[in-house]
Amino acid sequence: MAAMDQPAVDLREPAGWRRSKNRIATSLMVLAFVFVLIPLGFVLFTVIAKGASAISWSFLTGGPIPPNVVPIGIGGMWPAIYGTLVITGLAAVIAVPLGVLGAIYVNEYGGRGALAQVVRFMSDVMTGVPSIVMGLFIFSIWVLHFGYSGLAGAFALACLMLPVVIRSSEEMLKLVPDPLREASYALGATKSRVTLTVVLPAAIGGIVSGALLAIARAAGETAPLLFTILTVTATNANVFKGANTALSTQIFTNATQPYLGAQARAWGAALTLIAIAFILMIVARLVTARFTRYSR
Amino acid sequence: MSTAAQADPAAPAGSASPLAHRRPLGDRVFQILAAAAGVLVLVILALIAISTSQQASSWFSTEGWKIFTVDWNPATNSFGAMSFVYGTVITAAIAIILSVPVSVAVALLLTEVVPQRWARPIVYVVDLLAVVPSVVWGLWGILVFAPWLFHIYTSIASGVKGIPVLDALFGQPVSGASFFTCGIILAFMITPIVTSLSREVFATVPAIDKEGAYALGATRLEMIRGAVWPHSQGGVVGAVLLGLGRAMGETIAAALVIGSSPVITSHLFAAGYDMPAVIANQFGEASGEFRAALIGLGVMLFVITIVINLIARGVVERSARRKRGA
Amino acid sequence: MDSPEQNIVASAQLPKPAALQDTPQDAFATSTGTSIFDAKGISIYYGSFRAVTDVSLTIYENEITAFIGPSGCGKTTVLRTLNRLNDLIPEARVEGEVHYRGANLYGSGVSPIAVRRRIGMVFQKPNPFPKSIYDNVAYGPRINGIRNKGKLDEIVERSLRQAALWDEVKNRLNKSGLSLSGGQAQRLCIARTLAVEPDVVLMDEPASALDPIATGKIEDLMHEIKSQYTIVIVTHNMQQATRVSDRTAFYSVLVNPDSDTRTGTLVEYGSTQQIFEDPQDPRTQAYVTGRMG
Repeated sequence: MAAMDQPAVDLREPAGWRRSKNRIATSLMVLAFVFVLIPLGFVLFTVIAKGASAISWSFLTGGPIPPNVVPIGIGGMWPAIYGTLVITGLAAVIAVPLGVLGAIYVNEYGGRGALAQVVRFMSDVMTGVPSIVMGLFIFSIWVLHFGYSGLAGAFALACLMLPVVIRSSEEMLKLVPDPLREASYALGATKSRVTLTVVLPAAIGGIVSGALLAIARAAGETAPLLFTILTVTATNANVFKGANTALSTQIFTNATQPYLGAQARAWGAALTLIAIAFILMIVARLVTARFTRYSR
Repeated sequence: MSTAAQADPAAPAGSASPLAHRRPLGDRVFQILAAAAGVLVLVILALIAISTSQQASSWFSTEGWKIFTVDWNPATNSFGAMSFVYGTVITAAIAIILSVPVSVAVALLLTEVVPQRWARPIVYVVDLLAVVPSVVWGLWGILVFAPWLFHIYTSIASGVKGIPVLDALFGQPVSGASFFTCGIILAFMITPIVTSLSREVFATVPAIDKEGAYALGATRLEMIRGAVWPHSQGGVVGAVLLGLGRAMGETIAAALVIGSSPVITSHLFAAGYDMPAVIANQFGEASGEFRAALIGLGVMLFVITIVINLIARGVVERSARRKRGA
Repeated sequence: MDSPEQNIVASAQLPKPAALQDTPQDAFATSTGTSIFDAKGISIYYGSFRAVTDVSLTIYENEITAFIGPSGCGKTTVLRTLNRLNDLIPEARVEGEVHYRGANLYGSGVSPIAVRRRIGMVFQKPNPFPKSIYDNVAYGPRINGIRNKGKLDEIVERSLRQAALWDEVKNRLNKSGLSLSGGQAQRLCIARTLAVEPDVVLMDEPASALDPIATGKIEDLMHEIKSQYTIVIVTHNMQQATRVSDRTAFYSVLVNPDSDTRTGTLVEYGSTQQIFEDPQDPRTQAYVTGRMG
């Protein structure tokens, strides 16, 4: 290249079309994000606006759920709220310990063995099984023999949650550094002791947070419950026997009703359900934030 | 992974310390429990397959090959499934076409464009889409979104009247509840997953490859095409397939907005039906062969989603292996 | 051991290791005397941490300039400042002035993309794109708008020849770039850099991940192309610096006792012969005679 001494070098932007293509691409990416915001905002806004007018103290604590033709203000959603909390809670009690144990097997005991690989792979595959299939499964294997109950619904939700809890817990266990385990072994601890007293506490923040997110997802599920709890309108305190109800199934049955009272109840229930899921999500984030400070 | 091998030196001489040669019972029990929990996954999957197929067996045996017809009429005891398969495929296709460009673009935005500090809040917002339960999407869909879309559908339908291909696709809206509405709502629902999986894929591109592209004087778009995309192709395909599986299995939102009409038609704005939706809507009144047919549809759905999942993981594995090995 | 002052006096009597007696045969043979880079009082910060302080030097056209020094003394940081690659790190900041052919490299209105088109870089670890060999080399010309297949073929062949790789890959241009050995992959990266016909080629320890034979090929390559390009190379290997470079800049570390941080700085800069045979600064002497670093 010819020798130059004076500032004749052009260091400005490259040819216009390259810069424009780059700018257009960036704008498209931002536009995509806006496309995500719009429906989200739309839904949340509608649910909050229509739901808020339906919600009142008596709505949240009253019952039973009145027939569709009845306008809003009479009765309440408590049976459904109770059902959602209890059935989801029961599902969590079943799925979370089993899921964490499964993750412990895959990460701590299984190593590179074939069985652990298969379990890990199949857990991934199981996360993709549609929730309706879980409902049909529990219907076939439990409801046909023991009838509808909140317990059956809990089983169905637990089947949904199990692979999710296994995978997220496994990720958390993987993050626990090996030197921590080795120090414990060096003191003469057995593997189960190492796992329970050193590894699990180190990962507990992430595991709890992952479990909370799985619970939030389960609380909103409808399809598995349709085949297992058979929506009723009064509170059924006995979760092990007899049909039950939940917020999600109530919304489903009310959504197609032409009566404004039923629709208003559906919006109120929807707002309540989203609030529950949202609270669980926030608690999950708080747990992550608080515990990662200690475990890194 | 083993325990102390020698006898406890603090124990009195001659005492048989339980730590001497064998692993303590509690340790072994724990291991068995953990393994059982892991194997439970395999057991459940097998049981799902067996129990549902068994319940559906009367449908398979009675209908035989007629399963693959369009004729679905409980009153006349005919249970051909094709209109539902069609609906499942069409709505999932619409969902993928609408969602994938948006999801991949947002994932790129998060990994390449946005400074680290802003990435977290944006991820929270995208994840909020996933917090909305399916039934709430359906409620909003049928009561608010579908009526609004109906106006748009009628305008489009009258606009394309007479134009050969377009009026076969976009004519005849009956109400807002249709294949297309279902497809749009499914797109909203699968976007968080496809975005999050794509983000994970893009994040594994080594920084040194990106620097190599920038060092050649590339703009950000050129760097993405040169360094990020070749690394990520397999992973993104896997993410899309997983989104597809999720869209196909989505039940309640579909049940509420798809229109509940078992037909095969090219008109995307027409009311239709899909596998999970008909199961949800009609199970309550079904018995005997009707019920067996619905459970049979569930079996088909199970098989389809498992196959898609296996293909998705296979694609991801193969591209990861190619990158490592080559 | 002797104190540093005594050693300066005694340096003429120190036996020189045989390798240090080789100076490049064509030293300054291609130099035109034009200044390419002019750095005045450069300090580089990552956030509030000062990584490099007070670097001033001039790089001349068609010469090979080596940056040497112990680890962590800022050589690579300064190198990356020359093609504005540090811009990719959000908290990185440059104070002082860097001029490229008279123009302020960090002036307003200067596009880093235009800068990097003229000032290319080869990295320590070969980083071919997961594309074919052909597409790797063609990437640069393509993004600069060259689409014509014939022209691209020509550029790919020329660049691969310059990088001494053509004969080895000419029959498998559509094989993946990832299938090459380390040495070949690095020459591919060099070919890729040369394909856009830059003005300057920066090299960040290009041979440190390679075996001696591959290293030799890269050094030969540098001699071949220096009549057309200006080269700045960061290297840990002093023998390499004496084999290839015309000028050498020696960097070292200043330890800040209060905060226990280390800041890099330029200690001495001169012709390679002078730096290795007659270093002026005691730190330089300690390094090149192998007593530190």
